[in-house]
Amino acid sequence: MSDTVPPRHPARGYSVRSLPGFSIVALFTVATLYAPILILVAYSFNSGTSLAVWEGFSLRWYVQAAQNGEVIDAAIRSLYLALTAAGIATVAATMAALATTRTRRFPGKTMIYALINQPLMVPEIVTAVALLIVFAWIKVATGYTSMIYLIAAHTAFCIPFAYLPIRARLETMDNTLETAARDLYAPPMKVFLRVTLPQIWPGIIAGMMLAFVISMDDVVITEFVKSAGQDTIPTYMLGQLRRVVTPEVNAISTVILAAGAILVSLFFWISRERR
Amino acid sequence: MQHQSQPMPDPDSDDTNVAVRVDRISKIFQGNEDEVRALDEVSVSIRRNEFFTLLGPSGCGKTTLLRVIAGFEPPTMGALYLGGRDISRLPPNQRPVNTVFQNYALFPHMSVANNIAFGLEMLGKSKGEIQTTVYDMLKLVQMEHLKARRTSEISGGQQQRVALARALAPQPEVLLLDEPLSALDLKLRRDMQIELKRLQHETGITFIFVTHDQEEALTMSDRIAVMSAGKILQVGTPREIYERPAERFVANFIGESNFLDAALSGGAVRLKAGGPAFAATPPKGVADGEVSILVRPEHGRVRMGAATEGELPATISNVVYSGEATTVHLRLATGETFKAKMSNTPAEDGGSMVQGAEAALSIAPGAVTVLKD
Repeated sequence: MSDTVPPRHPARGYSVRSLPGFSIVALFTVATLYAPILILVAYSFNSGTSLAVWEGFSLRWYVQAAQNGEVIDAAIRSLYLALTAAGIATVAATMAALATTRTRRFPGKTMIYALINQPLMVPEIVTAVALLIVFAWIKVATGYTSMIYLIAAHTAFCIPFAYLPIRARLETMDNTLETAARDLYAPPMKVFLRVTLPQIWPGIIAGMMLAFVISMDDVVITEFVKSAGQDTIPTYMLGQLRRVVTPEVNAISTVILAAGAILVSLFFWISRERR
Repeated sequence: MQHQSQPMPDPDSDDTNVAVRVDRISKIFQGNEDEVRALDEVSVSIRRNEFFTLLGPSGCGKTTLLRVIAGFEPPTMGALYLGGRDISRLPPNQRPVNTVFQNYALFPHMSVANNIAFGLEMLGKSKGEIQTTVYDMLKLVQMEHLKARRTSEISGGQQQRVALARALAPQPEVLLLDEPLSALDLKLRRDMQIELKRLQHETGITFIFVTHDQEEALTMSDRIAVMSAGKILQVGTPREIYERPAERFVANFIGESNFLDAALSGGAVRLKAGGPAFAATPPKGVADGEVSILVRPEHGRVRMGAATEGELPATISNVVYSGEATTVHLRLATGETFKAKMSNTPAEDGGSMVQGAEAALSIAPGAVTVLKD
């Protein structure tokens, strides 16, 4: 199929396509990645209650999910949590990225870089247990239970995901632009708002979307931190698995998948507009 | 009235004539292990309305000095005065000084006109004033027709003009130019050299220009400071720098040079390679005895045949023809080499020289410069 489409960057002299088995490996990889998802999507339209036996096309599981109060609750909670955590994390990540790219070398800079990315290195289950213990103390001491614990936890692990694309953008940006703005009488905050921000905002949007998706997807930390009645979509679905599994789970997954695809396409479209 | 009987006052001692005074500024960059002394107790006064050039090879500190004046680098030691006021501690956005950057640094998310307006906006000028000034600037650099373009949609030469207009728009006291022509091709560079001189003349703003191109420096500057290894070696007009360089480095960096061994005695110089005595004024601090002297190639005349009174005997080792001139390479009696540049006019007839032949070199009177080292 790809033979009919001329490659965008014709490889001069050497192309990996000439390696034996290239097409087979490629097809196998694509199939293992996407076949299960395709099956999941297909069975979300099953009119029967089975996940394995196709009984005909129906939207009944979508209707059921949409009328399920617990699903609606969990979805709203997930969105609220992901938006809040991604928002706070993006602001913090932008500040961290500025502090690690727009300063002179200072002792401990590498150390700070490692600390910011700590959630990427520490196993999630360790963080989850640690947070469970710390939050339990605070809850006992203050008697205060609310979404604040989940928001704090999600913000923390979202920061490195927001940080990396913003930092990458800042590193490729020509920082004489900021020097020029200062030279042209801009005080530091104006330099940021008028020059840096317009240059790095595709990185900020990318970071925020990444953070949003990571938060939406999280199970382990959420499961450990949440109080009773604080299910998010992933923890709700996990809970469902312990009971009777119906294609309702498929329907919810398909909706999440579609939302994610739209989000990513939107991002590419926006960044293409800006070149 | 008593002034008239006194010697001419040094124009740089009077602050009303001085735009920028650099007072014993040092800049030390801390590396991981070592430290780099980019500027070493540099002092210089740049006069008002002057086209002043910092000239030197890469790494000599000329760009660092420019960045110190702009406020991008705090000096490690020393002070910087602008019109008599100490501005050493002012941040760059509070200095009435603007910069044209080597890569232009135009804001890619703004139009040509908005780039030019940026400095004026930051100064809090009124909308009407900004519009008028932007229009004037566009006209000054002949870019009116492209004012709505994005800066990525115009050519390098046009970007250069926008960068100039943007830096001139706030009417700075001093304009700093960091090798602004180095990215342009030769033809465009020549045009922009003339353009820059015109702009400096029309605006009456002091220009401080950084370059490593000696020809550019000679053609454009009112005065030149030649820098090497973080120090200013000599400050002077292009003529002074070219004709009376104080040091071997300056002579070598600017133009072609012949260095010869000589003996200095009571204001007269005798070359080791023979010939007559030349009158010369040694620079301060050079005592009688062994000295190095400089003779520019165009001051040497070569004649075929044996040397007579007032000439130096030589052998022609090479003849290089280059159109309007011929460079004759000579070997002198001492084994020293000498390059003489002869124009290919009927009078001088540089093209008639024959390699390997015996020749006589004469050096124009007044062409001998005694060097400090």
